Amino acid sequence: MSKPQNVPGDVRSKSLVDYLNDENVRAVLYQIIAIGLVILAGWYLVSNTLYNLEKQNISTGYGFLDLEASFEISETMIDYSAQSDYATALLVGLLNTVKVAVLGIILCTIIGTIFGVARLSSNWLVRKLATVYVETFRNIPVLLQLFFWYALIPAAFPHPRNAFEPLPGVLLTSRGTYLPVPVADNAYTLMGIAAIIALVAIYFIKKWATKRQDATGQPFPILITSIGIFVGLVLLAYLIGGAPTEMSIPALKGFNIQGGYNISPEFMAVLIGLTVYTSTYVAEVVRSGIQAVSSGQWEAADSLGIKRSVALRKVILPQSMRVAIPPLTNQYLNLTKNSSLAVAVGYPDLVSVSNTTMNQTGQAIEAISIFMSVYLGLSLLTSLFMNWFNKKMALVER
Amino acid sequence: MSENAKLPPLPTGTVTGRAVTWAKKNLFDGWFNTLLTIGSIAFLAWLIPPIIEWAIINATLEPSIEACSEVTGACWGFVNANLRLILFGTYPYDEQWRPLLAMIILIGIICASLGGVKYPSVRKWIIPMWVIGVPVIAFLMWGGFLGLTYVQNSYWGGLPLTLILSSIGIVFAFPFGLLLALGRQSNMPALKTLSVVYIEVIRGVPLITVLFMASVMFPLFLPDGVTIDKLLRAQIGIIMFTAAYLAEVFRGGLQAVPRGQFEAGESLALPYWKSMRLIILPQALRLVIPPTVNSFISMFKDTTLVVIIGLFDFLGTVKLALRSDPAWTKYYVEGYAFAAAIFFLICFSMAKYSAYLEKELRKGERR
Repeated sequence: MSKPQNVPGDVRSKSLVDYLNDENVRAVLYQIIAIGLVILAGWYLVSNTLYNLEKQNISTGYGFLDLEASFEISETMIDYSAQSDYATALLVGLLNTVKVAVLGIILCTIIGTIFGVARLSSNWLVRKLATVYVETFRNIPVLLQLFFWYALIPAAFPHPRNAFEPLPGVLLTSRGTYLPVPVADNAYTLMGIAAIIALVAIYFIKKWATKRQDATGQPFPILITSIGIFVGLVLLAYLIGGAPTEMSIPALKGFNIQGGYNISPEFMAVLIGLTVYTSTYVAEVVRSGIQAVSSGQWEAADSLGIKRSVALRKVILPQSMRVAIPPLTNQYLNLTKNSSLAVAVGYPDLVSVSNTTMNQTGQAIEAISIFMSVYLGLSLLTSLFMNWFNKKMALVER
Repeated sequence: MSENAKLPPLPTGTVTGRAVTWAKKNLFDGWFNTLLTIGSIAFLAWLIPPIIEWAIINATLEPSIEACSEVTGACWGFVNANLRLILFGTYPYDEQWRPLLAMIILIGIICASLGGVKYPSVRKWIIPMWVIGVPVIAFLMWGGFLGLTYVQNSYWGGLPLTLILSSIGIVFAFPFGLLLALGRQSNMPALKTLSVVYIEVIRGVPLITVLFMASVMFPLFLPDGVTIDKLLRAQIGIIMFTAAYLAEVFRGGLQAVPRGQFEAGESLALPYWKSMRLIILPQALRLVIPPTVNSFISMFKDTTLVVIIGLFDFLGTVKLALRSDPAWTKYYVEGYAFAAAIFFLICFSMAKYSAYLEKELRKGERR
């Protein structure tokens, strides 16, 4: 009889059941099973996909991006023609998405703030009107609103032949709004550079002014100085550039209007629909942001003898911003994501161009992966910004 | 004494007196408010009469194109004439009582769930109700036995489809979202990473990309010879999408349960699932009822996007009716207004109810 071969110190050897009852062992086991299942499912899907693609004679990869797109895009911000490649087409789509999203974000912030403040007005009628606006437009699907505007805009305006001209040079027609624009000139590039230089200069002046005020208590007329620097520099650039005055004015030529800058009905529909829908959410964010600042803060500012306008700017707004910015960023992100609905009214945004690409080349996976990663990238950037902002804005507690 | 002098005069007894005092305080308090009031009244005077004139006075309900071309106002006859098409899509005409009945049952279950969620005695019936209700609705819509003819789901459409897509979406996303939320809260790194990646990827992309994926990529994923139809694919896409959003809602609820409750479960030596089921989840889920209703509202609105991949939900059937006859096409304002009114009624009442529920449930907390 030999002694049981136990390790010294161990009372009895662990059986398999004991191992399975160990929490840590189980945790590892569960995770291995989960990952195994995911890998198995992934492998199954990928192998099916590869088989199906092979059967349909579709080659995988992003090689198609260099091929000629051979479809027209109705509005482009960069040089594009049907002879350009798919990569350029997708870039045009991306820029169109960015264009409508940026404008939508600016407009919905302005409109949303107005209605958010109006909902807190002491005026009963204004309060009710703002409530009706917010409740109506947030409870109707945004796609329905897009369809509605898209049907309304061409029908509400006259044919180009008898265009409606509210201001000289501005034409409202069923094919969109035409605005007069300056003819491209080097002076405008120069002005853009001047504007950037001015903004940088203002940033540093503001930093210096804050520092000086913190040290000496002397305020600096930052607003007037900034406006002066900006206008002065841009004007100077315009004059140096030779002060071009040539304008491209839209006018009827043949069956259509030539010249000027055209804002298409599709773009208008998407912009109005997204702006109106998102502004209702922004209004709610603004309202709760203002309500979150306790009235004691107003009283505190009053008791320090601070002017009401200064109190709003320096005491109330910074605090309501802390509450409002994260949900606001969320709404901006929602607007950007909702801009993908442009595909439903034919505005050539990223999804719309990808869809055309997908239909022409059959590269479904590649096209979807491109627009998915663009939106994902935008979301990640936004959440990075939010984390940074929250850290900057967080209450510094002792 | 100066305090007293500042107090507003007490409302006089007469109704007019009180009305005047109220108007002074709420409408004409200072020059700025007076200006706003006058501006608003002018705006309403400019907006409301033409709308009433168009929608009611000069409108017609008669379901004929001739009657519509005679009036200057709204042609509600368009809605009247195409009501069955708008409501039920291309579902076989003689069988349309089936989607109607299915819709009534579905609305009944939704209302009972929403209304009963407050009362513990009703709450335990919510899950059985769905377990029984969903197959009944499926049977009514598909048919195929017990004397009902089989109706392919490419013929489904209209309001029942919108309701089915959104409510089935949220019901099936519920357990999936719960698992994702628990995964995200878990301290097993692999499970946590999987959950976080899934949630963040889905929340980072628009619904339309998920629907495109469902309609274009799913067929490639399936083995040779197996196909699932477009409606089912869209439904799966919607479930996948909703689950990620619900997971975040549930995470909020789980985080709101005090740490001591988790520890209480541990100190009783309850296994993970038991402690979740008996201690944590009942508290967490109670907290997330209002935001879940809000998720359902946004899901209900977002379901309209299936139009883009070619399904005929309620918005899709309105467009279908507009295209059904070129003569009807110009009455899109009436069509969209009708759809908007229905969507508004459903979403607005649910939103109001969710706000009420939130207040009600908080009442219990305060006690």
